[in-house]
Amino acid sequence: MRMRALATVGTAVLLATTGCSVSAKEDSTPAGTPSNQASQSGGSTAPKISDVVLVTHDSWNLPKKLVAQWEQQTGYHLVVRASGDAGKLTNKLVLTQGNPDGDVSFGVDNTFATRALKADVFAPYTPSTLPAGVSSYDVAGDDGQHLTPVDHSGVCVNVDTTWFASHKIPAPQSLDDLLKPAYKNLFVTPGATTSSPGMAFLLATIAQYGDGWQDYWTKLMANGAQITDGWDQAYEVEFTQGGGNGKRPIVLSYDSDPAFTVKDGQTSTKALLDTCFSEVEYAGVLNGAKNVPGAEAFVDWLLSPQVQAKLPDSMYVYPVVAGTALPAEWAKFAIQSPKPLTVSPTEIDTHREEWLQQWSDVTSR
Amino acid sequence: MERRHLSLSPSAGRYATLLALAAVPVAVLAVFFVLPVIGMVGRGFRPEGHWDVGGVLEVLRRPRVHRVLWFTLWSSTVATAFTLALGLPAAYVLHRLALPLRGVVRAALLVPFVLPTVVVGVAFRELLTGPLSWLSIDGTPTAIIAGLVFFNVAVVIRAVGAAWEGLDVRPAEAAAALGAGPFTVFRTVTLPALRPSIVGAASVVFLFCATSFGVVLTLGGLRYASVETEIYLLTTNLLDLQGAAALSLLQLTVVVTLLGIGARLRPQRASTQRAPSRPRRPRLADLPQLTVTALLLIFVAAPLAALLVGSLRTEGHWTLANYRALTSTGSHQALLEPVTTALDLSLRIAVDATSFALVLGLLVALSVSRRGTGHREGRAERRVRGTLDAFFMLPLGVSAVTLGFGFLVTLDRPPLDLRDSPWLVPIAQALVALPLVVRTLVPALAGIDDRQRQAAASLGAGPLRRMLVVDVPVLWRPLLASAGFAFAVSLGEFGATSFLARDENATVPVVIYRLIGHPGSMNYGMALAASCVLAATTAVVMLIVERLRVPSLGVL
Amino acid sequence: MTLSLRDVAVAYDGVEAIREVSLDLPDGQVLAVLGPSGSGKSTLLRAIAGLEPAKGTIAWDGRDLGGVPTHKRGFALMFQDGQLFAHLSVAANVAYPLKLRRTPRAERQRRVAELLTLVGLEGYDGRLPGTLSGGERQRVALARALAVEPRLLLLDEPLSALDAGLRERLAADLRAILVAAGTTALLVTHDQEEAYAVADRLAVVRDGHLVQEGPVAEVWRQPADAATALFLGYARVLTGAAAAAVCAAAGVATDGPVAVAVRRSALVLAEDGPLSGVVVSARVTPDQLRLVVDVEGVGEVDAVAGTTAHPGPGERVRLRAEQARLSIVP
Repeated sequence: MRMRALATVGTAVLLATTGCSVSAKEDSTPAGTPSNQASQSGGSTAPKISDVVLVTHDSWNLPKKLVAQWEQQTGYHLVVRASGDAGKLTNKLVLTQGNPDGDVSFGVDNTFATRALKADVFAPYTPSTLPAGVSSYDVAGDDGQHLTPVDHSGVCVNVDTTWFASHKIPAPQSLDDLLKPAYKNLFVTPGATTSSPGMAFLLATIAQYGDGWQDYWTKLMANGAQITDGWDQAYEVEFTQGGGNGKRPIVLSYDSDPAFTVKDGQTSTKALLDTCFSEVEYAGVLNGAKNVPGAEAFVDWLLSPQVQAKLPDSMYVYPVVAGTALPAEWAKFAIQSPKPLTVSPTEIDTHREEWLQQWSDVTSR
Repeated sequence: MERRHLSLSPSAGRYATLLALAAVPVAVLAVFFVLPVIGMVGRGFRPEGHWDVGGVLEVLRRPRVHRVLWFTLWSSTVATAFTLALGLPAAYVLHRLALPLRGVVRAALLVPFVLPTVVVGVAFRELLTGPLSWLSIDGTPTAIIAGLVFFNVAVVIRAVGAAWEGLDVRPAEAAAALGAGPFTVFRTVTLPALRPSIVGAASVVFLFCATSFGVVLTLGGLRYASVETEIYLLTTNLLDLQGAAALSLLQLTVVVTLLGIGARLRPQRASTQRAPSRPRRPRLADLPQLTVTALLLIFVAAPLAALLVGSLRTEGHWTLANYRALTSTGSHQALLEPVTTALDLSLRIAVDATSFALVLGLLVALSVSRRGTGHREGRAERRVRGTLDAFFMLPLGVSAVTLGFGFLVTLDRPPLDLRDSPWLVPIAQALVALPLVVRTLVPALAGIDDRQRQAAASLGAGPLRRMLVVDVPVLWRPLLASAGFAFAVSLGEFGATSFLARDENATVPVVIYRLIGHPGSMNYGMALAASCVLAATTAVVMLIVERLRVPSLGVL
Repeated sequence: MTLSLRDVAVAYDGVEAIREVSLDLPDGQVLAVLGPSGSGKSTLLRAIAGLEPAKGTIAWDGRDLGGVPTHKRGFALMFQDGQLFAHLSVAANVAYPLKLRRTPRAERQRRVAELLTLVGLEGYDGRLPGTLSGGERQRVALARALAVEPRLLLLDEPLSALDAGLRERLAADLRAILVAAGTTALLVTHDQEEAYAVADRLAVVRDGHLVQEGPVAEVWRQPADAATALFLGYARVLTGAAAAAVCAAAGVATDGPVAVAVRRSALVLAEDGPLSGVVVSARVTPDQLRLVVDVEGVGEVDAVAGTTAHPGPGERVRLRAEQARLSIVP
C-alpha cells in the first residue's frame, strides 16, 4: 500500500516537474504574438541582437498595440524589465554600470538624475530631431547630452471637493493651510523615504520654506498628518476618494488625479496648484548596451507623437512635446500648476541623504 | 558502493557520504546566495575600489542604527512570544483533537503566510481604520506585532503540530496515571518532548519577524524602521552601500548567533518506537485551547474577510465584476498580461521552486541528520553537521534587496551569466523556502532510530534500499508538509521575485502590487480579487496536501 | 477497597475491543489478565486507567469512576517499556509523582532512596534512562509507579520486553515487591508463566470477552474451554474415544462424551500402566525425558519419563495417566 502511494506521488511529482514547470511554459507559449518569438526559446540567456531591452520602473506602461507597431516598423523586439520605483531603478543602473541589464532606460527622474549622470550610467545620445518644448525639461548641466526628457507631472496636494462640500468646510488652498486646526487629522501623504511622490512633496516644502522646512513638518505632524509607506496606501486606503473606506479628504498625489475621479461629467477632486512639485522623467541609452542602435531608436520613439499622446492615459503623466493633444478629460479636469516649486537636481543629489535623515527624525518624533 | 565503503575507515566513509550529500546544495547556495551577498556587501566595504572597513564600522555607531536594531529585536521578540502563545494551543487542537473540518481549518490558517504583504497591509488597515478604529492601534508597534503574528502563526501550527501528532502518547499517559493533571503533564512531559520543534519553529518565526519588510512598512507607517526596512532604504533610495553592508553584516551576525542558540537548545534525541495517537474527541478540559484557537481563527479570518468583502464590492454594490476583470489587463491597461496568465505562471514557478526546494532540502536534511551506520560520531563530524545546518538557514537572514541587487551585480558575466535565466525566480524562491523544508525534515529524520537502518542493512539492504525502506516511510508526511510549505512560500514570495521577475511574466503577487500601485477603483478591486484567488489557491493546495496525508496515515 | 467492573465495553470506531466484562479485584490481591495479543486485554487496562472512554461501570469501593479523569483516580500505570521520561534522571523519574503531590524535599529524597533500594537499584539516582538496560528501566518504572502508593497498580506487560532469564528473576522480584508493599495490582500479560509467577488471581480474555476468572490454581485446574486450556499451557485437548481412554486410565469417572485437556506431563512412563503405545520420538531435557507416543486408542500424545529410562523410537512402552495433570473441559 505504502509503496503504491509512494509511486503515485512520485509519478505526480515527475508529471508536475515536467509538465507544469517554467520550462514547459516556455515551450507552450503561443508563438503567434511577436513578443514571444525572439527572446524565450529554450531559456537561452543572451538576448538576440534584435532585442531592445528596456530597464524601467513599475509604472512603465504603454498600449500593447503601440509597442507591436513599433516592433513591426523597426524589426526590433522590446523586452521590458521593470521593478521598483525611480530610486530603485536608478540604484540598479548605478550598481550594474558598465554591464547593464539592458540597452536603454526610462524612468530616472529629476530627483535622481544627477546620481545616474555622476555614475556614468548613460552613454551620450541626443535624438537628431528634438521636437519643440522637449529641451526645456533638460537636466541642468547635462543639457540633453545623455538624458532625454520624456514626460513630466506635478505632485500636488489634492482635496476631495465633495467631502468638503458636504461637511461645509472650505477646502485648503496652500501648504500653510494644512497647518490650520480646521484640517487637523485630514491629510495623508506617502513618506519621503519610501515613495517618489513623497520625496517630491518633501522637496516642495523645501522649495517653499527653505531652511524652515523642518519647522513646517513638525507643525504638520502636530496637526495630525498621516504618513504611509507608498502612494497606493495613502490614496487607495486612506483617501476618501480611494478604493477603500478612507477617512482623510486631503491627499498628496498628482495634478492629473482630477481627471480620474470624473463621474457624470463632474470631478470630485481638485489639485492645489500652489503646492505642486514638478517631476520630469528621462530616457537614455545605457553605457555598455549591446544593442545601441535599437536603444537609440527606442529613445526617438518615446518622443514620437503616438507615444507622447498615449502618455497621459497609460502613465498618468504629461507629454513633454509641446502641442501634443491631451485626452478630453485631461484637457478639462487636469490643470497644471503655472509655476511649480522646484529644487535643482544637483542640490537634491548633494543633500538627499541629509534631508531624508532630518525628515525621518522630524516625522518619527 | 557498499564494498568500497567497507574498505574505507568507517569515519572517512561517513565523511565522504556526508560531503557527497551536501555537495549539490552547498554549490547551489554558494552560487545563488553567498556569491550575490558577498558581491553586494563587498561593494559596501570597497566603496572606491579600496577597502574601507572603518567606514562600515562607523555606521554601527550611528544613533539611528541603534534605534533600528533595538526596535527590530524587541518587536520580533514580542511577536514571537505571541505567535507561540496563540500557535501552540492551535497546534494541539488542530493536530490532536478530532474536530470536524480540521483539515480545512489547518489549510485556511496557512493562507496568511502566503499573502503578499501589500495585500495584508491593505486588509489590516481597512480593519484597523474601520471596524476596529476604537482600538486606535493603527500605525503603532501593536499593529506591526499583530501583523507579524498573523503571518507567522501558521509556521508554529505546522511545525509543532506535526511533531505533536507524531509524539508518543504513552509517557503522557504514564504521567497522568501517576497523578499529573493535564497542565502538569503538558509542562513536565509534553513540553520537553516538543521542545526541539518548538525551539525550531520559534527560531524560524523570530527570523521571519526580524527580517520582515512589508509588514513593518505597511502597518507601522514610517515611524518604525527595522533593520530590514533600513537596508532597503539605504540601498534603493540613498545608495548608501556602506550603511547597507554594515546592517547586512549585523543582521547576519544576529541570525547566526540565534541559530547557534537554537542549535544548543535543540537536543538531538534518538527515539525508540512510537505509538502516535489517534486524534480524540474534545473534552471539557480542552476548552481553553479551543477558545484560543477560535480567537486565532477570528484574528486570521477578520482581515481575510475584509479582503473578500472588498473584492466583492464595487461602488457600494455586491458584484463579481472584480473577478470577471481578472481576465483583463485592468483599467488603463495597468498590466501587460491578464491576472489569469500570471496565476498560471505563478503555479508553474511554484512547482519548479517546490521541486528544487524539496530536492535540496532532502539532501541537506540527510547530510545534516544522518549518523551513518557506525556507532559514534566524532566531535569534528558533529561540528561539520552543525555548520552545514546553520549554513542553509542563512537565506532567512538576508534582505531580499541585498540578494536581488547581488544577483544583478554578480551573476552578470560568463560562466555565471544567469541574470536572464528563467530558472532564476524558481531558484531564488526555493532558497527562500529551503530553511522551512530543512527545518521540517530534520527533526523527522533525526527521530529515526538508527538501529532500523542497521537492521535493514543486516538484512542485505544497500544504502538506497535502506533509505527507501526506513527513511522514506517516516519522511513521507514531513515531505508532503514541506512541499506544501515550499509551494505556499513560492506562491506568495514577493521580495526577491519583484527583483527578478520580468515584466512580461510577472507572478501574482507582483501583479497585485502593480494593480494596487495604479489608480482606478477597478484596479484596486482587481487587486483584492486577485488576492482572494491567491489565498484560495493556496488554501486548495494545502487542502490537497492535507488530504494526501490521510490515506498514508491509515497505512502507517 | 475493591475494584469492580460491570458490563464494561470499549469500542474503537464502532468496533468493540472489549465486550461486557465484569469482574472484581479484592484489596491486596494481584490479578493477572491473560490473553493472546489482540484479545483486548490492554484496552481493558487502559479503560480502567481512564485512558479510554468505556461503557458500563468501573467502580472503586462502590464509587463509579466514570467521570473521574486518569490523574484523579489514584492509580498508577506502568507500561511495557517503562515510558520513563527521557529528559529526567532516574531519581527525578521516581520523584516525579511525589513532586506532583508536593511531598517535602527531604521526605521525597528519603522515599526515592527507599524505592530504589526496594527495586534493587541503589546508587542509580543520577543516571539517565537512556543509559539503563531494559530490566533496569522496568525496575525504575516500577519504583516510580509505587512511589505514589497507588490504590491500584496497573501493569501493562511489565516484563515481556525482557529476555527469558531476566524475566523469570524479575517476575519473582515483582511478586515479592508487590506483596511487601501490599499493593493491589492488575497485570496484563500474554505469558502464562509470568501470570503464575506474579498473580493471585487470573482472568482470561479472548476476542474481547472475559472467558474465565478466579484464583490462579482454580483457573489452572479447571479451564473454561478447550481454547483456554491450550492457552493456559495444556499440551493437547483430546476428544471422543481418546478422551474416554485417557479418563479411564486416570480413573476419572465420565458420563457421556467429554473433552479432556492434558498437560505434557499427564502421561508417565510406567511398567504397569494401563495404556500402551509405540514411541515416536524421544528428547532428553535436564529434568526428564520427553516422549511422543502413539498410544493405542488415543493417538499421538506427549509423555514424560525419568531421565534414567531410555526408550528409543519404535520401542513399545506402557503409560499411566496422572489425574492432577489433566482437566475435563466442557
